[in-house]
Amino acid sequence: MGEAIVITSGKGGVGKTTTTANIGTGIAMAGKSIAIVDADLGLRNLDVVMGLENRIVYDIVDVVEGNCKLKQGLIRDKRFDNLYLLPAAQTKDKTAVSPEQMKKLIEDLKEMYDYVIIDCPAGIEQGFQNAISGADRAIVVTTPEVSAVRDADRIIGLLEANELNNPKLIVNRIKQDMVNRGDMMNIEDMIEILAIDLIGVVPDDESIVVSTNRGEPAVLEENSTAGKAYRNIVKRIMGEDIPLLDLNQEEGLFDKIRKFFKR
Amino acid sequence: MEIFKIFGRNKKSKNVAKERLKLVLVQDRNKVSPILLENMKADIIEAISKYAEVDFEAVELEVNRTKKDMESAPITQVVANIPIKKIKKNIEE
Repeated sequence: MGEAIVITSGKGGVGKTTTTANIGTGIAMAGKSIAIVDADLGLRNLDVVMGLENRIVYDIVDVVEGNCKLKQGLIRDKRFDNLYLLPAAQTKDKTAVSPEQMKKLIEDLKEMYDYVIIDCPAGIEQGFQNAISGADRAIVVTTPEVSAVRDADRIIGLLEANELNNPKLIVNRIKQDMVNRGDMMNIEDMIEILAIDLIGVVPDDESIVVSTNRGEPAVLEENSTAGKAYRNIVKRIMGEDIPLLDLNQEEGLFDKIRKFFKR
Repeated sequence: MEIFKIFGRNKKSKNVAKERLKLVLVQDRNKVSPILLENMKADIIEAISKYAEVDFEAVELEVNRTKKDMESAPITQVVANIPIKKIKKNIEE
């Protein structure tokens, strides 16, 4: 029986889909079988980040309504045959599926895969309720900014109210030079305020934009610092205890190039 | 830029963010309104004033939630900073 993890945040645009794509790919790289589910009905995005947008025939609403079998809705990844995507519908909205239907779907997927990762939409209404149905644990993604942290806090409260206890935190888009100058909150600040356990820190990294442009998650890229951070998060999800990257030391290829031209 | 530091624009913006967040989150979580805080502050000052002369202007009060370190469980606490001018005499010893 597999494990279902929901990736949520409250705030939009903090990196849930990017995180789902990278963790999903990273788990496949580690050899486990995995399904990633786009629960953002009406605003389909996980397919594009994964580079699988041209392979969609059926989506999650088709599966839930019985227009097709679950296996027909699942799309195999281009690179890994142990990684499957269940895309969102693009033309419906979040009320097209109920929490009960979602729970059944996730349970079916848990029978088939070692891991099921659910990409939760922004917000706290039915989309959120759907995405958390059937999840065993939750990862909250935030950035070190006031509005994102405030929303993350609200989401943590809602997760605990729905008995998804002990959510773990990913702090995304840390800019280490701003942290060093005192213009951005650091990891200790975030943990102090949100009071949940940390599972990883991902630096702001231009390679994420490039990887989304190509539809190739950064976790595949040796030189990407964000990719490395995601690889470490995957190890921690699978139970290993890896120390956090020292972002003062880590310099991505793009940073090196930029610094070279500044001289 | 140094001159601004001398004249008091000293607080790093991330610390401003942190303080604002802590305050707003306590209100969000516990529905602790500014009015409740003012009332609590007044009552605390009154209680302390029985024993010491309180510097009213300098009293700081906040309700916050924090984890002391990475391992311990989160706690909610009232933190009051009450500068006093002097201890009152004729208190029973």
